[in-house]
Amino acid sequence: MSLLSQTRHLLKKEILLEWRSKYAFNGVLLYIVSTVFVCYIAFNLSAGFTESKGYPIVWNVLFWIIMLFAAVNAMSKSFLQESKSRLLYYYSIASPQAIILSKIIYNILLMSLLSILALLVYMLFFTNTLGDALYYFVIVLLGSISFATVFTMISAIAAKAGNGGTLMAILSFPVVIPVILLLIRSSKVAMDGLERGLTYGNVGILCAINVIVIGTSLILFPYLWQD
Amino acid sequence: MKFIYQTWWKVLTVLVILYTLFAGLLLGVPRLPIMHETIRNVYFHVPMWMAMFTVFTISVVYSIKYLMSGKPEHDLIAVECANTGVFFFVIGLVTGMMWAKYTWGEYWSNDPKQNSAAIAFLLYCAYLVLRNSIDEEQKRAKISAIYNIFAFPVMIVLIMILPRMTDSLHPGNGGNPAFGKLDLDNRMRVVLYPAFIAWSFMGVWIASIRYRISLIEYKKNAID
Repeated sequence: MSLLSQTRHLLKKEILLEWRSKYAFNGVLLYIVSTVFVCYIAFNLSAGFTESKGYPIVWNVLFWIIMLFAAVNAMSKSFLQESKSRLLYYYSIASPQAIILSKIIYNILLMSLLSILALLVYMLFFTNTLGDALYYFVIVLLGSISFATVFTMISAIAAKAGNGGTLMAILSFPVVIPVILLLIRSSKVAMDGLERGLTYGNVGILCAINVIVIGTSLILFPYLWQD
Repeated sequence: MKFIYQTWWKVLTVLVILYTLFAGLLLGVPRLPIMHETIRNVYFHVPMWMAMFTVFTISVVYSIKYLMSGKPEHDLIAVECANTGVFFFVIGLVTGMMWAKYTWGEYWSNDPKQNSAAIAFLLYCAYLVLRNSIDEEQKRAKISAIYNIFAFPVMIVLIMILPRMTDSLHPGNGGNPAFGKLDLDNRMRVVLYPAFIAWSFMGVWIASIRYRISLIEYKKNAID
């Protein structure tokens, strides 16, 4: 089987497994909704918050922080949930590139879906008029793709090192901070409805980071899985 | 490998560093507003980063080599270079902060370059924590090599590319002049460039000593 058909089969398997249990999706969705709700209640304790001058800034930053933690939770499952014997079975039938590629694509799909739903829920509670809603939406999608590519490889490393949660956060945050800085900067421009051309440089760097991360994942993952 | 056991380049390094220390403090420098004599910090601050880049690059090269060959020596070189790099990273940050106090007014002024450098520092701390979290030697070597290769391009993006895209106060970023433009004339070049090379070799020297110590420890602990 070629790499592409292997990837397709593995991806189908990932989606099928998720469809049967709906654990990761529902779990993270509930996580997002409850975080948004907690933030909503907490911020509205101080009267006059929505009219205050800093509201749009908080709106944007808070959304990305919620997305960041949701992404860590969603992605850390991608390798940790696999048992050792099942991984061994995958490696005997498929190439390691196909495995990491299928995981990346699956995580991109999961994150995109989650971030769209998260944005809708977020906009329901935190009312705000987006200046350039379509472009904000595009940047949210780009952000979820970037989170997925970065976190997939890190979760593979963390799962291999054998103590999931803490290590995942320690390893991924320094890598993801530049991504989130670029995202916050570009999405603020979209939010204020400024000219889109201002962010093309940032978006270009984000795409470049994605390409580099996927490339290094494909090269490095074959070394990672062997014991 | 023979290179690190030779003496001549170490003597040369020490001599050149002594030269840059004295020449850096004594030779004339251009008079610029705000900067004044603090411009001499460029002789002591920037070479630290050059040394750091040199040892981190060697570290990545040996991480790649380790993945190819699986020799434990290569892993030892990679980790000792990373340790040395972190050391130069701290000195680079501290010298930069001291300079920032006199020119920007604060030790830490939320500048993109400073923030990026701090994040990159976290990145290499995470590498060292990752190493400590795994007990099995070969597994530790392999996983940390992979993370090291993964971290290096991120560090380059953080320190070299991102601050250039925004309004940074740091020379060379955000449209500020740096080497070769207004503030650097030939009087400074004769000190600065030797300082780059000499401190880079100083980094290599420190890393090589650390490597030789850990190699002895490794051999002592090995089962014959």
